[in-house]
Amino acid sequence: MGGWEPPWGIEYRVDRLSAFVLLIVSIIAAVAIAFANKNVAREIPQEKHSLFYTALLLCLAGLLGITITGDAFNLFVFLEISSLSSYVLISFGRERRALTAAFQYLIMGTIGATMILIGTGFLYMMTGTLNMADLAQRLPGVMDTNTVRAAFAFLIVGFSIKLALFPLHVWLPNTYAYAPSVVSAFLAATATKVAIYSLIRFLFTIFGAEFAFGEMPLQVILIFLSVVAVFAGSLSAIFQLNIKHMLAYSSIAQIGYIVIGIALVSTVGLGAGILHMFNHALIKGCLFLAVGCVFYQQGNASIDNFKGLGKTMPWTMAAFVIGGLGIIGMPLTAGFVSKWYLVLAALEHGAVGVMIIISVLLGSLLAVVYTWRIVEAAYFNQPDAAAIEKGEAPLGLLVPTWILALATVYFGIYTQLSVDAAMQAAQSLLGGELQ
Amino acid sequence: MIDFDPGMLMAIIVVLPFLGALLIAMAGKNSNLREFFTLATGVTTFLLVLNLLPAVLNNESTRYTFAEPFTGLTLQFSLEPLGMIFALMASFLWIVTSVYSIGYMRGNNEQNQTRFYIGFAVAIAFTLGLAFSANLLTLFVFYEMLTISTYPLVTHAGTDNARRGGRVYLGILLTTSIALFLPAMIWTYQTTGTLDFRSGGIFAEGADKFVVGILLLLFFFGVGKAALMPFHRWLPAAMVAPTPVSALLHAVAVVKAGVFTLLKIAVYIFGIDMLASLEARDILLYVAGGGVLLASLIAMRQDNLKARLAYSTVSQLGYVTLGALLATQAGVTGAGMHIVMHAFGKITLFFCAGAIYVASRKTEISNMVGLGRTMPFTMAAFTIGALSVIGLPPTGGTWSKWYLMQGTLDSGHLILMGVLMVSSLLNIAYLLPIPVRGFFANRGNNDSYDGIQEAPWPILLAIAVTVTGCILLFIFPQALYDLATMVR
Repeated sequence: MGGWEPPWGIEYRVDRLSAFVLLIVSIIAAVAIAFANKNVAREIPQEKHSLFYTALLLCLAGLLGITITGDAFNLFVFLEISSLSSYVLISFGRERRALTAAFQYLIMGTIGATMILIGTGFLYMMTGTLNMADLAQRLPGVMDTNTVRAAFAFLIVGFSIKLALFPLHVWLPNTYAYAPSVVSAFLAATATKVAIYSLIRFLFTIFGAEFAFGEMPLQVILIFLSVVAVFAGSLSAIFQLNIKHMLAYSSIAQIGYIVIGIALVSTVGLGAGILHMFNHALIKGCLFLAVGCVFYQQGNASIDNFKGLGKTMPWTMAAFVIGGLGIIGMPLTAGFVSKWYLVLAALEHGAVGVMIIISVLLGSLLAVVYTWRIVEAAYFNQPDAAAIEKGEAPLGLLVPTWILALATVYFGIYTQLSVDAAMQAAQSLLGGELQ
Repeated sequence: MIDFDPGMLMAIIVVLPFLGALLIAMAGKNSNLREFFTLATGVTTFLLVLNLLPAVLNNESTRYTFAEPFTGLTLQFSLEPLGMIFALMASFLWIVTSVYSIGYMRGNNEQNQTRFYIGFAVAIAFTLGLAFSANLLTLFVFYEMLTISTYPLVTHAGTDNARRGGRVYLGILLTTSIALFLPAMIWTYQTTGTLDFRSGGIFAEGADKFVVGILLLLFFFGVGKAALMPFHRWLPAAMVAPTPVSALLHAVAVVKAGVFTLLKIAVYIFGIDMLASLEARDILLYVAGGGVLLASLIAMRQDNLKARLAYSTVSQLGYVTLGALLATQAGVTGAGMHIVMHAFGKITLFFCAGAIYVASRKTEISNMVGLGRTMPFTMAAFTIGALSVIGLPPTGGTWSKWYLMQGTLDSGHLILMGVLMVSSLLNIAYLLPIPVRGFFANRGNNDSYDGIQEAPWPILLAIAVTVTGCILLFIFPQALYDLATMVR
């Protein structure tokens, strides 16, 4: 880029991992934008539509940029583009609380971004390069310095904030709950995934698994935090009255699963983590869109609004049930496949593995509890007169929702694409070099 | 008959009830057309299953693969005697239960009948898929789907009571399967590299006995549908369901899917020889034996007829579990036969309980004194069903109990033979007084019997079929025995 040859110029590189994440982001973006038309018409004032779509596209560009770039500083730039535009997107929420949520996210996000910038700066100071492949080559020579260790710490914490790893997740629930529905779905399915991608990129490609998990005590920390995330997230989800809040807490738990997989540092484990990024994006996207349909018809997404919807909005609720089964990890849904590989990977780790398996499975059971609350509300109550009048959501919303619901089932049965891509990505990451 | 490749045929059989469900949904409010579709699908499915029988008897091995979600692990159907027994039984009893449902649901003016028939067809489809499963993964998939698909049936009434029952039902079945069955399966896969059902089991000779023992415990408690104590609570809780659903749960699909799974795991995953050498097996034998007696004792204290039958089922499932764990040929044969014998006996009893409810709205046994004189046919049928569950001639239950007893002798666990005998006595004590007092005891208060007559004819027809089944299985057990002895 800019007429300079790498490693001086900015380089774009696509390897298996980034290709896979690009696929996730673009699929979700395509579906979400299809959903946006109707959704935006109801949730956002007419005169702001063009601003909204601009921000949405900017955010998408930022996320794609993070994933495709081969340059550490460029990654930061794209991160800021996507973050700033997502603050704008969130503040479009109808309630005034959306503004505080956006502000909270702004503060947290900026702290995270600053840390990432500091970390990247330190790396530049030590090696004189910002190109990822070049960094990976030069770092081993200066690995044994406090500056590099500090850079490592800054980067990890920075990305952990962006990906909402427990206990750095506090920005996430309100953000997802008060943003416009389509934004919640889009961000939940892509933004955190891309942050996880960046974490993987820095851990495995730039620092190398040996430094990250061998010399630094990262494995223990990550596994501990993510196991706590699974429990804390799932338990909080059970007690939420607002369903968007509930899904947000469930996301925190699911991010826990992904990070557990990464922290196992084996091909199967890392592969399971990457795979779950994909599967969770589909499942959570489906759930948020289904809630978006309810929000569209009912004007609110508290559990009371779901009463009797099994009768009045059968298609929406059916999609929601499929998504719920996916979150639980029922067979024939994508969630089952990632859970399978996660348990398989954990089995190789003895006593720690058993603890992980227990938390993964208990997490699933807690997921049964929080999804079934909605199912009971929807199918065991009579709808009130207003809900009957409102009826089912329009096709413009149902079709995108069902695309993701069907994808959830499809990737639970025919896994060649998702599993192969994830496992190959994991293999090449652990192989060390950027291809 | 029709000339299909058996592998393809299995796939068609599993898809067929789904198509039926679709037709039922389209028929919707037109109840006669809807019921016609139910019956037509049922009969076609049964005939197709019957079509597979020659291939099984000739020991032909056929497989049908429809997906490969994990490398080296497929979703696959295969033809095998035990699965054949189960598929035949389930598809036949589906027809009978459908006939019964028509009488019951109309007689009671139940709501949401279309949803009910759809749910039923879908549950049968998953049951058949489970019966044909070629490996543990496929079986697990259908097992979980069966749980989910029967949930709307269990909670059909839509009341708070149904919601509570549904919670227990789903809670126990999902908890056991996700927390125990699933990790056991993945662990097995990690140890052996396969999940195929193979004659003689898949564990290597020198496998670590301790690990294999733990796996056995995980599997046997993890298959919650087999209602091995202490994971039996869901069965009585599911009593809130309409009676045809209870019949489906107890006889046709759900619990039978549970013990069928256990039998498959015992014979084809562990293998009889491996099983016999495990210490964990001895623990489980006595857990199962204790469960048989305990459940019978609890059954005696129930005044609600369906609750009594539910605990009786828990106890009878213990027989099959015992048979699988005995790890002798006679035990396995007995267990395989008992799945069918108990199905016919218990479905008769539930049909009768439902007939009594439709005709008289009575649910408590203490209110049924003298009822035999107003509903003689129902009570007579109840007697024969009870005899089959107890295991007395002239009913089919005799034979399976015979082989189970022989199995306990072969394995040298004489205490367990005692358990079976005591349990039979307990069965007599809690089942036979119902018809005896129904026919011979004095009615205390006459006016509560006014206007009661036999239930509608579809109900009686269904009962007649299952009663005949109980007796025919006594006179002609050979075909079933042949199939059951092929399981090894």
